[in-house]
Amino acid sequence: MATGPTTHPAMTALPPNARSGDAALTRAPGGVDGDRAFAGATLAAALAVPAILLAVFLLLAIDAEPALTRFGASFVTSSTWDNVKEQFGTLPYIYGTVVTSLLALVLATPVGLGAALFITEYAPRRLRTPVAFTIELLAAIPSIVFGLWGFFALTPVMRSTVEPFLKATIGPVPVVGALFQGPSLGKDLFTGGVILAIMILPTVVAISREVLLAVPTMQREGMLALGATKWEAISGAVLPYARAGIAGAAILGLARALGETMAVTMVIGNSSRKITGSLLTPGYTMASAIANQFNEADNELYFSAVVGVAAILLVVSALVNLFARVLIWSITRNAAQGARA
Amino acid sequence: MTTTDFLTRRRSMLVQATGLLAGAAGAAIVAACGGSEAPASKPAEPTKAAGAAPTTAAAKPAEPTKAPAAAEPTKAPAAAPASGGAGLITGPFDGEAKALTGAGATFPAVLYSKWFNDYNKVTQVQVNYQSIGSGGGIKAISDQTADFGATDSPMTDAQLKDAKGGDILHIPMALGAVVATYNIPGLEGTKLKLSGDVLAAIFLGTITKWNDPKIAADNAGVKLPAEDIVSVHRSDGSGTSFVFTDYLSAVSAEWKSKVGASTTVNWPGGIGGKGNEGVAGEVKQNPFSIGYVELIYAIQNKLGVASVKNKAGNWVEPTLEGVTAAAAAASGKVAPDLRVSIVEQEGEKTYPISTFTWILAYKTMTDAPKAIALTRLLWWATHDGQKLTGDLGYAPLPAEIVAKGEAMIKSIQAGGKPAFPGK
Repeated sequence: MATGPTTHPAMTALPPNARSGDAALTRAPGGVDGDRAFAGATLAAALAVPAILLAVFLLLAIDAEPALTRFGASFVTSSTWDNVKEQFGTLPYIYGTVVTSLLALVLATPVGLGAALFITEYAPRRLRTPVAFTIELLAAIPSIVFGLWGFFALTPVMRSTVEPFLKATIGPVPVVGALFQGPSLGKDLFTGGVILAIMILPTVVAISREVLLAVPTMQREGMLALGATKWEAISGAVLPYARAGIAGAAILGLARALGETMAVTMVIGNSSRKITGSLLTPGYTMASAIANQFNEADNELYFSAVVGVAAILLVVSALVNLFARVLIWSITRNAAQGARA
Repeated sequence: MTTTDFLTRRRSMLVQATGLLAGAAGAAIVAACGGSEAPASKPAEPTKAAGAAPTTAAAKPAEPTKAPAAAEPTKAPAAAPASGGAGLITGPFDGEAKALTGAGATFPAVLYSKWFNDYNKVTQVQVNYQSIGSGGGIKAISDQTADFGATDSPMTDAQLKDAKGGDILHIPMALGAVVATYNIPGLEGTKLKLSGDVLAAIFLGTITKWNDPKIAADNAGVKLPAEDIVSVHRSDGSGTSFVFTDYLSAVSAEWKSKVGASTTVNWPGGIGGKGNEGVAGEVKQNPFSIGYVELIYAIQNKLGVASVKNKAGNWVEPTLEGVTAAAAAASGKVAPDLRVSIVEQEGEKTYPISTFTWILAYKTMTDAPKAIALTRLLWWATHDGQKLTGDLGYAPLPAEIVAKGEAMIKSIQAGGKPAFPGK
C-alpha cells in the first residue's frame, strides 16, 4: 500500500515515454468533463426514445381527432368503412389484426418451442448451429418477399389443398368447425395467420433457445438421476423452469405479428366485409388498411380516419405488450410460490 | 401441481396444433413443387415493358385481342388537331425553368414517364413526376408542394375552393379505359358479354353463380359453369376504381345508392388486390373470378376481356377507338372546365367505361419561368405527345377536347400576362 506507482515492478519495466500515462492520470478534471459529457449524451439518447413515442402519439392524436370526435365509440364498434358515405368504423380491421396475430401465435409457439427444444436438448452439437442459423435466417427475409411467396406459392395451395382438407376434417366438428366454413379462396384470415406464423417463428425459436440454454444443467441431471426419461426431464424440469421466458418469446412474436404489413396485405384478401367468425373469409388488418388507403385518402375526414386506424393500432399494440408483461409477471410469481410450496 | 398443469396445457396445445401443422407442412411441400410454375403466371409489369421498348410495344400488346382496331385509331383522331399545334415546340426556350415537379395519379404514370423522358430530350427540361395517387396529386397542387398535379377523378367544388393558389385548371391529357376481366376454366377462348347491370349485380353480390339466368340471357350458346363467382377489386385507392364505380353508378341505381363512386368504396364482397397487377394476378390465380383492370393490363396479360353493352345498345369490346369515341361524344356537352365523367356516353362504337386523365395547374402562377416551362410541356403533351398514347394503352384525345385544352393552356398567366410563348 505504501509503495507509490513509480516503485511498482511493472512500472519500472516501462520505457521512459510511459510518462505520458502519468500525464493522462493528472488530466483528471478533463476526464471528469468527458464523463459528464458522455453521461449527458446517454441521458439524451435515453430521453429521445420516449420523446419520439410521445411525438408519434401526439401527431396521430391530432390528425385522428376529427374522425374520433365525429364517430366516438362507433369508430371502434362499427363495421362499416365507407368513404363515399363518410362512415368509418374500424371493427373489421381490429378483428382481422387480432385474429391473424393470435392464429400466428397458436401456430408458431409449438413449432418454435419444438425447434428450440430440439436444438438445445436433442440435436448433436454439430447440428445445433446449422439448424439454429437456418431458422434465424428466416428473420432476415424481407416482408415483401414473404408476401410474394405467399401470393404465388402459398395461397394456391391453401385454396386447393389445405382449406378443403380442413373444411372436411374440422368443419363438421361442433364449435371449432365454425372456424372453417365458406368457400376456400386462399386469400383469407387463415392464410394471413399462417404467413405471420412463419414470419414470427425465428423470434420464437431464438428467444426460446436462449431461455432453454439458461436452464441449469443440475435441473436436468437431477431428474435423470431419479430415473426420469429424457421427455420426463424436459417436461418436469426444463419447461417449468423456462416457462416465463417461453411466454416472453411468444409475446414478442405476437408483437411482431400485430404490426406486420406487406406480407399480410398480399394474402389476406383485403375485404372489410362483416365479421363471420370463419377463418376462411377474406379479412383486413389495421396495418394493411393503412398501407392500402393512405395514398388516396384525399378528403380530410377520410385521411383522419386512416390516421385513426394507426392510433388504434398503436393502442392495441401497447395493450398487448402490457398484457404480456402482466402474464409473465404472474407466471413467474406463481412459479416462485410453487417452488416455495 | 404446476408441472401437471403445464403438461395438460401443453398436451392440449399440441393436439390442437398437430392438425394445423400437418396442413401447413403439406402446404410448404406442395408449394415448393408448384413454385416453379408460379412466377410464369406473374403479370408483366407495364412500366418496364413500356420503358424498355417504347416504339415496338405498340404492335405486340394489341395482338392477342384486337390488333387492327387498337392500332389504327391511334393516328386518325390525333392527327386532326395535331396539324395546328404539333411541332411547335422543338427545343429549349430562353427564360423557362429547367425543372418541374408533378405528383398524382398512378393510372397515367406509364404514359407520363414516357412523355417526360421524351420531352427532356427535346427541351432539356427535367420533369420529376411522383405517381402517388390522384388524392395525393390533388393535395400536392392544393398545398402548392408541386408545380402541377394529376388526377383521374375531377376535383370537387370544395377541393377547388380549398386550393391555396387560386383557380385550378383541369387539362385533359389522354383517355383511359377500364375493362372487366375474368378467368373461367373451360371458357378460355370465349368472349363473354356482360352488361352494366350484370356487372353491378356481380360486384354487389346479387348474382353469385356464373350460370345465372341474367348472364346466360346475354351469352346464348356459351356453356356457363354452375360455379360461385369470386369478385376481385382494388384494395388500394385508385383512379381505376373510380372509373369503374362511376360507370356502375351510372348504369345501376342500386349500385349508386348502396355503394357509389370513389377511388375507394365499401365493396359489398369479394377480395381485394393491390394495384392493377394485384387484381390481374388474383384473377389469374382464382378460377371463376372476375375483376377490373386498366386496358393495358388485360392486353399484356392476355386475360379474358368482357364486351360491354353501351348506351346505344351495342356490344363493344374495349378498344382505343371506342374510348376516343366516348370522349368525342361527350365533348359536345361538357362543362367548360372539362371536369366531366365520360362513362356511359352516346355513340354506336362508344366503349362505356372510359375516362379522361387530367393534369391540374394553377391559372395564375407566381413563378414566370416555371409557368413558361409548364405551358410548353402541356402544349407538347396534348399535341406531339398524343401519338405516343396508343403504344401504352391510352387513347388519344379527340380534336374537340384538344382545342379546349389549348384555350386553357393559353389562359395560364404569370406576372399578369399569358405564360405560353407560342413555341
